[in-house]
Amino acid sequence: MDRAAEMGFDALIAADIGVLDYACNRWPDLNLHLSVQGSATNYEAIRFFHENFGINRVVVPRVLSLPQVKHVVENSPVSIEVSGFGSLCVMVEGRCLLSSYATGESPNTFGACSPASAVEWRETDKGLETRLGGILIETVEKGENAGYPTICKARFEVGGNTFHAIEEPTSLNTMEMLPELQKAGIAAVKIEGRQRSPVYVKQVTRVWRAALDACAKDPEHFKPKTEWLAELAKVSEGSQTTFGAYHRPWQ
Amino acid sequence: MKLSLGPITYFWSKDKTLEFYEQVAKSPVDIVYLGETICSKRAVIRFSDWMEIGERLAAAGKEVVMSTMTLLEAESELKMMRRICENGKFMVEANDIGAIHLMQGRPFVTGPSVNVYNQRTLAKLAKVGLRRWVFPVELSEETFADMQDERPEGVESEIFAYGRLPLAYSARCFTARAHNLPKDDCDYKCGEFPDGMTLSAQDETRFLSLNGIQTQSAHTFNVLSELDELRSLEVDVLRISPQSEHTMEVIEAFHNAMQGKETPEAAAARLNEKMPIGPCDGYWHGKPGISDSLLDNYK
Repeated sequence: MDRAAEMGFDALIAADIGVLDYACNRWPDLNLHLSVQGSATNYEAIRFFHENFGINRVVVPRVLSLPQVKHVVENSPVSIEVSGFGSLCVMVEGRCLLSSYATGESPNTFGACSPASAVEWRETDKGLETRLGGILIETVEKGENAGYPTICKARFEVGGNTFHAIEEPTSLNTMEMLPELQKAGIAAVKIEGRQRSPVYVKQVTRVWRAALDACAKDPEHFKPKTEWLAELAKVSEGSQTTFGAYHRPWQ
Repeated sequence: MKLSLGPITYFWSKDKTLEFYEQVAKSPVDIVYLGETICSKRAVIRFSDWMEIGERLAAAGKEVVMSTMTLLEAESELKMMRRICENGKFMVEANDIGAIHLMQGRPFVTGPSVNVYNQRTLAKLAKVGLRRWVFPVELSEETFADMQDERPEGVESEIFAYGRLPLAYSARCFTARAHNLPKDDCDYKCGEFPDGMTLSAQDETRFLSLNGIQTQSAHTFNVLSELDELRSLEVDVLRISPQSEHTMEVIEAFHNAMQGKETPEAAAARLNEKMPIGPCDGYWHGKPGISDSLLDNYK
C-alpha cells in the first residue's frame, strides 16, 4: 500500500476493511476503489465504505439483476462499475469459500480460486479426470473441451442426477447489454485481466474500447459487430457466454 | 464460556420452527440468534412472529439477538433489514456490511459472513459499535490466536463450533435448479430438504449441501474436542448451528463437556452419529475445510 501510494497511481483498489482503514488514515488523498471482493451488493453497504473510508468507486458483485444495478446506481454516493467480460463468478464475491473447503486456499485468504497447485489431471479409460484437492470434480471424454477446473462449473450428483448443479462452464459477456448498462448510469465496465496474457488483454480491450465508443455515439442503434464477437470468441473459455444474474431468468 | 444457537439456516415449517424454539427455551443455551438469514422468499414466519419467539426466549432467560439477511439484492430486503435494526428490543447480528451501516454508533454483533480477517478490521468495527464477532469459518486457530491477542476492549469473540459450514451465497437458487425450476417460481422446494440437498462429487465424496441460494458443507464442522484449547484462547461464546434432528442432543453434549460432566473427546465422538453425513474440522487446523483431524477418509 505504501509503495503504491508513493508511486502516485491514479487509484488503488482494495476489499478489506483493515486495508481500507489503513489507506485512508495513512494516505488521505489516495483515490480508493472498493473491489468486487468487498462484497458490497447494496447501497447501504456502499454508504458504509464511503462514509468510513472515502471510497470513490465500487465494483458490484455479479449477483444483481439489471434493474437492481440501476437501483444501486440511483442510491449510491459513488460511481458504480460492473463486470462486463470474463469469468462468471456464480457466488457473491468475497463470501465464497468453496475453494478453501476443497484446497485450503480461497480468494479471501490467498487471492486465488482453485489454486493450480491443488489441480490434478489424470488420463484414464473413462477420459480426462480432474481432481481439485484430491476430489474428483470432472471427467471429460476424449475430444471434449476441458476448461480450468473450478468447483462451481463442475458436474456433480444431486438427487440421483449428475449435471452442472451450480453452473455450466460458461463465461460472462455483456456487450449486447451495453446501451442498457449505459442508461443505468454505469461508470465503467470491468474486463477481467488477472491471470491473463498480454495478448488476451490487448485483444479484448481493443474490441471493448471500440464497442464502448460506438455505443456512446449511437446507443439507439448499437449492436455488437460480428467481427468483435468473433475476436472475443477466440479468447473466451468454452463456447458459451451468458448475461449471468443481470438477466433474471438465469437466477 | 457461553453457548449460543445460530439462526436456522433452512426452510422449516412454522410449526416445526415454533416447536423447535419451545425446546430451545428449556435447553442450556445462553444466546439465541433468530430470523431468516438466507432467502427473503421464505416468509412464513413474519417479523412480528420472530419478535414473539424472541420475547418467549427472553422470558426463559436467553439473550436474544435478531439476525439480518446475508445476501441483500432487492429494496424489499433492505426494508426488512431496517425493521430488524430498529426492533428496539434485541441486539442485532449484522450479516452484511449494509446492516453495519444502519447499526453504526449502536451495539451490534457480526455474523460469520462478515469478513473480519485481521486485527485492524476488528479494531475499526469496534469503534463503530461492534460488541461481539463471529470468527470467519475458513480461518485457523493460529489466526484466531493472533487476533485474540489484539482484541479491542469490550468485544467478545464467538466461534462457529458446530454445524454444516456456510460456504457461499448466490443470486441463483440451486435447490430450484436441481428441480428444473427458476428462482422466481421455485415452488419452495427447499422446504422439502430440512438439512439441504446433498451434492456428491464424481468419486462419491459427499461434498456440499445445497440450501436454496446458499451452499454449505455436506460434512458437519465440530471443534468440541478442542474445548480445553478454546478455553485457553479465551473464546467467549461457542455457536451451534441448528440441524433438523438432534440439535437438543448437540446442545446437551456441548453443555456436558463445558460443565466437566463428560470429556470433550467423548462428547464430540458421540456427536458423529448425530450428523447428517459426518464430521470435518480442517479449517480450524489450517487445512482444507473438508478434512478431519481424526478421520483420514471423508467419503
